[in-house]
Amino acid sequence: MRIAGKGLIDRGAPVGFRFDGRDHTGFQGDTLASALLASGVKLFGRSFKYHRPRGVMTAGSEEPNALVTVGRGAAQVPNVRATVQEIHSGLEARGQNAWPTLGLDLMAVNDLFAPFFGAGFYYKTFMWPKAFWESLYEPAIRRAAGLGAISRKSNEEAYEKAHAFCDLLVIGSGPAGLMAALTAARAGADVILAEEDAAMGGRLLAETHEVGGRSGALWAAEVLAELEALPNVRLMSRTTVTGAYDGGTYGALERVGLHLANPPAALPRECFWRIVAKRAVLASGAHERQIAFSNNDRPGVMNAGAVRAYLNRWGVAAGHSVTVFGNNDDAHRTARDLAAAGIRVAGLVDVREEVSVPGDFPVHAGCRVIDTVGRKGLREVVIADRDGRIQRIVSDCLAVSGGWNPALHLTCHMNGRPVWRDNISAFVPKPGMVPGLVAAGAANGVFSTQGCLAEGAAAATESLEALGRKAKMADLPKAEDGAVRLRAYWEVPDPKHRAWLDFANDVTTKDVRLAAQENFRSVEHMKRYTTQGMAPDQGKNSNIGALAILADATGRGIPETGTTTFRPPYVPVSIAAMGAGGQGAGFAPQRFTTSDRAARDRHAPMIEAGLWYRPSYFPRPGEATWREACDREVTMVRERVGVVDVSTLGKIDIQGRDAGRFLDLAYTNTFSTLKPGRVRYGLMLREDGMVMDDGTTACLGEGHYLTTTTTAAAGPVMRHLEFVHQAHCPDWEVRMISVTEQWAQFAVAGPLARELLNSILEHPIDDAGFPFLSCGSVRLMEIEARLFRISFSGEIGYEIAVPARYGEALYRDLVARAESLGGGAYGMEALNVLRIEKGFITHAEIHGRVTAFDIGLQGMVSTKKDCIGKGPSQRPGLTGPEREQLVGLRPIPAGKQIGAGAHLFDDGADPVSANDQGHVTSVCYSPTLKTYLGLGFLKDGRARIGSRVRLVDHLRKTDVPCEVVNPVFFDPEGGRARA
Amino acid sequence: MPSLIEKTACNGLLPVVAGGVSLSELPPARITSVAPLAGKDRAVGTALKALGLGWPAPGRSVTKGAAGCLWTGRGQAFLIGADPDGLSAIAALTDQSDGWARMRLSGPGAEAVLARLVPLDLRAAAFPVGAVARTGLNHMMTVLSRAEAESFDILVFRSMAASAVHEVQQAMAAVAARQSAG
Repeated sequence: MRIAGKGLIDRGAPVGFRFDGRDHTGFQGDTLASALLASGVKLFGRSFKYHRPRGVMTAGSEEPNALVTVGRGAAQVPNVRATVQEIHSGLEARGQNAWPTLGLDLMAVNDLFAPFFGAGFYYKTFMWPKAFWESLYEPAIRRAAGLGAISRKSNEEAYEKAHAFCDLLVIGSGPAGLMAALTAARAGADVILAEEDAAMGGRLLAETHEVGGRSGALWAAEVLAELEALPNVRLMSRTTVTGAYDGGTYGALERVGLHLANPPAALPRECFWRIVAKRAVLASGAHERQIAFSNNDRPGVMNAGAVRAYLNRWGVAAGHSVTVFGNNDDAHRTARDLAAAGIRVAGLVDVREEVSVPGDFPVHAGCRVIDTVGRKGLREVVIADRDGRIQRIVSDCLAVSGGWNPALHLTCHMNGRPVWRDNISAFVPKPGMVPGLVAAGAANGVFSTQGCLAEGAAAATESLEALGRKAKMADLPKAEDGAVRLRAYWEVPDPKHRAWLDFANDVTTKDVRLAAQENFRSVEHMKRYTTQGMAPDQGKNSNIGALAILADATGRGIPETGTTTFRPPYVPVSIAAMGAGGQGAGFAPQRFTTSDRAARDRHAPMIEAGLWYRPSYFPRPGEATWREACDREVTMVRERVGVVDVSTLGKIDIQGRDAGRFLDLAYTNTFSTLKPGRVRYGLMLREDGMVMDDGTTACLGEGHYLTTTTTAAAGPVMRHLEFVHQAHCPDWEVRMISVTEQWAQFAVAGPLARELLNSILEHPIDDAGFPFLSCGSVRLMEIEARLFRISFSGEIGYEIAVPARYGEALYRDLVARAESLGGGAYGMEALNVLRIEKGFITHAEIHGRVTAFDIGLQGMVSTKKDCIGKGPSQRPGLTGPEREQLVGLRPIPAGKQIGAGAHLFDDGADPVSANDQGHVTSVCYSPTLKTYLGLGFLKDGRARIGSRVRLVDHLRKTDVPCEVVNPVFFDPEGGRARA
Repeated sequence: MPSLIEKTACNGLLPVVAGGVSLSELPPARITSVAPLAGKDRAVGTALKALGLGWPAPGRSVTKGAAGCLWTGRGQAFLIGADPDGLSAIAALTDQSDGWARMRLSGPGAEAVLARLVPLDLRAAAFPVGAVARTGLNHMMTVLSRAEAESFDILVFRSMAASAVHEVQQAMAAVAARQSAG
């Protein structure tokens, strides 16, 4: 029911929306909760476990009950708090956890079995048989319980992440926050004022207090106008600060497009902010708490402050006849505001004897609510006085106040513990719990408006001093300055029915007492036993009540009982917002070679190599499978000539007087003796002696080297070399920089490789003038290029490098020339076959657990000098017959298919892990040798060449006898590359 | 003999414009990494001064006209848009001209766009004109510099140009959408 003349909504702007399949109308400025309450809707959802009908309880993000599902299809979002969701035209929301409908929920049968469903019930009951828990009991229980459901579809809507920086972050825009922001802003500090609500002003919008002689809302509007005009202030509404982290970093979730009817497609739904603030003021206010009594969860039982907020801010009467129940003077305000607005106050029930409240409504001092009536909506409130005399009050709304808890959660995010303050019966933060953060106002346990204004100004002044700025003290406006008068009162004793604590997780006072009885007496144990405080509201409404009851049940005080740990996030945060941009291809950057377009033009399927995309093979008409293309490409390289882009290999330019000496330290073999114009293969160990990487290094000139790495290890090797230089030899003159991206580099391999190159080189080369493992500058097509005579295929091989701008053109040209010679482009599949035929290793072999000895390259570890990893590589157990050593494997008979990942066993041995003799790392079909070939590691393998092993692939269910052979299957003398 | 066609890193990707912010490819320029050899810091500074520039302090750049010298790391700077005259004997010089995609992000919302991708404080007081940082552009390593009050130069690895353009463009669209949504 709307009350004329009340509220801050725009009555000139009606907004239509749908809830549970029915059309409703509210006004601009309404939340889903306020608009539905205005329409007389009481029932918002069903409870988690017992499917109890539930209505709205609060007016803020702490709402435990009114959780709805918004949107359809992939964009469906469950567990949206109706108290936060603003209405807009086209908004479609549904109640959840009910079947078939919210009004008729068959799952509510759970409620009848409630006596069996107390805390710990599942774990005790469904213990046996053990296997049934995961397969049967748990899924069934989860189906019946639970909150809203996700769509299970991929949502394409935009989400966003962003960073912000400021001198002072003010969290909350009530009187304390506004005063803090104003004080800091006037002093010239960069201020971010973050407010969770759509409108700034906090509690000033929900109360009838005056500030400085005008309405609180008007004063707030004036302050906001001033702040908005200042260039050093950023106002962030709809932004909840969700966590406090190290170094003044705060997480914050902004609702960007969730309140708009037709948001642009690129507009994010939400944005997850990382705000780095030199100082922060926490002015997050307080949460009102319930009192536990019999059937206190009926739709219509609300927080007293929320009832006041709906009246004053949204002009909504939460009921036609409201009963107020409380233990403190703040509750009286609800009765007074309602009465002043002409709403019937059926009674003010205060547990304290000594209260006198002026007003035109009955006051029941020293009384308590002992029960309520009305399943889908409150109809009657049953109260009792001290002598047990019962009275029934007809009421459709019960406004309850058990006092207020400072919203101090953020102060605990770095593991600080709050302290108990008796006069407000609540925990309050103590200074310094989060470095640089000061709590102010209600968040600090100061509840009067005047007190909040003063605290806000003082917190800003303190922060400004720490920032080295001077605050200009403004006069504080005059405001309400009432003292907190409250009697600690947590539960109405001896409830006839269940009395709820955690509404969202259906935890009752009985559950907490049961926990204590079963010796889960620590507050953390009680929490886990009962699930108290583990629902979406994270116990904001119920934790203090629950631990008060635990304290009572265990005969301790509340401070000794302590509180559970508050952890981020303060409110639920969409994973979509935290991981914004990370969907699909956004997960990692893509790296494309200069020949990428040319390869795709030839219909090459691209495969990922780290972040790079490389052509897998180049299909030709008539080739049905990748294997046919691969076989052709291999044969083409062996018989004619092939071209492949090898730009993805890491290239590091190393210069300086000590560059050679530096390479000697980093590599197992010697580079300081390498002459300009020559290339040498090198092996690099990690600090622990295992092989790190391999590659060639070319000496381009005196003290100038070009080191290449594998594609996969380009980054790690660069990092390793930087480390070696900075940590082990910082005084050596060594300068290095990656040139991987500078040069487009193409391998030209095959018997006709030289012929192809000579067709483009300005000065042709021959074998004598440019022998195997030489390098030099060449000119082609009017540009300077680098030529290296190296081979990863075993054929005559060159790698030609040009500045990347020419990469695509040169690649296209080389491939065309190769094709005219009966060759062409080849891809990763053929490249892999060619190197397996030659027994060349990749990271499939040097996978981080092998030594130089294991791969048969122990001879490359120079005995004349030290190198990184040399000492550790000589530790016992890293050499010898017990090591698995690199061998070649040929299936018997030759046509039998084998697979990488298979394990090796002795002929006749049972293929179980105890008998494991090694494993297979690389496998291919060799069109050159007309057989499958494998590289693998076999225990004492080199001594077993010529013997037979059994290759068992448990995954692919194959079992193939193999002959152990030298890992170099083809041209073991290496004559072809030197031709 | 025909000559090879040159392609820039952002060929066909740029420019893009959204909400008053534009992302465009900077014209090709010679880039040389300059790493002073042992004991030659001062000599390198002098040689750079002769080019009208100077050795940049960490996080800074020295510019003159279209030429600039940007700090890029420990004992390393990028000389952009000038030939490294007089430096060859006193510094390790490496051609980097083709290794980088160079883009300029300009317009009143440029800072807001970068706030979605770069984890640094880019407020003018913390990152003034001439400031340089090696940082992350989302998951990509970048050399970021502030060329003008509302213009930033972004360098990413050449191979990542497409991903970088895509991500900056997305951030531009999001910022523009916020403006249009009010």
